[in-house]
Amino acid sequence: MLFFSFFKTLTNQTVTIELKNDIRIRGILKSVDQYLNIKLDDIEVLDLDKYPHLSSIKNMFIRGSVVRYVMLPRSEVDVGLLEDATRRGE
Amino acid sequence: MERLSLNESPGNTQQQRQQTQQNALGPQAPMTQSGPPQLPPQMFTTAAQLLDLTDKKLVLVLRDGRKLIGVLRSWDQFANLVLQDTIERIYAGKLYADVPRGIFLVRGENVLLLGEVDLDREDEVPTSVTKAPFEEVFELKKKEDSKRKSSDKKRYTELQALGFEPEHSGEILF
Repeated sequence: MLFFSFFKTLTNQTVTIELKNDIRIRGILKSVDQYLNIKLDDIEVLDLDKYPHLSSIKNMFIRGSVVRYVMLPRSEVDVGLLEDATRRGE
Repeated sequence: MERLSLNESPGNTQQQRQQTQQNALGPQAPMTQSGPPQLPPQMFTTAAQLLDLTDKKLVLVLRDGRKLIGVLRSWDQFANLVLQDTIERIYAGKLYADVPRGIFLVRGENVLLLGEVDLDREDEVPTSVTKAPFEEVFELKKKEDSKRKSSDKKRYTELQALGFEPEHSGEILF
């Protein structure tokens, strides 16, 4: 549950998500659930020309199982706190 | 040092301290709320995420690469979905075509993503693609698919020889 809680602290931040099919989507993290499904608002697809089906989409629900990476704003990640939480096993 | 935890709201430690102070003043002292407002936990469920999308026109991308456009009518906690008035949009090269399909019940595991269509911008088709007759697009797509299949196979065989397991072994993702 640690990363679920962690993502919850990142709501309303701009994140970039890379899917397993190489699509990269930048947007405002609106919500996350226990499966790490992610909801993004005001999305922007990088390399949109390659993915025309994603034009004119304003917000998006991404199934957690297809996410490869989530790129986070460095300033919003408290690595010390995360390390601490990991070692406490919460 | 304060015992901070991701599971607690940032105001919690402060709150607890206030509470102890108040308890020292008297057991019946009311608890005050402090710290930034936190979203209630029920906001962070699959159901809450999909609830906003209900009855909206959506683009659904499936694990096999299909793009379906329809209205979301029902769903459950696994992201199993029911779409109404669905069309399938087939893309190939710089062309696309629409095929009317009707009602879809999609098993959640096949869902890649769901996007809400901005109805104000829905008709702005990107200049990189043009609409074409279904048969033409379908033929082109068949060619593209077989080409990609053989190149994927070649890559995976080479990777496997080097000891790499393909990232999504066996599964094809688009």
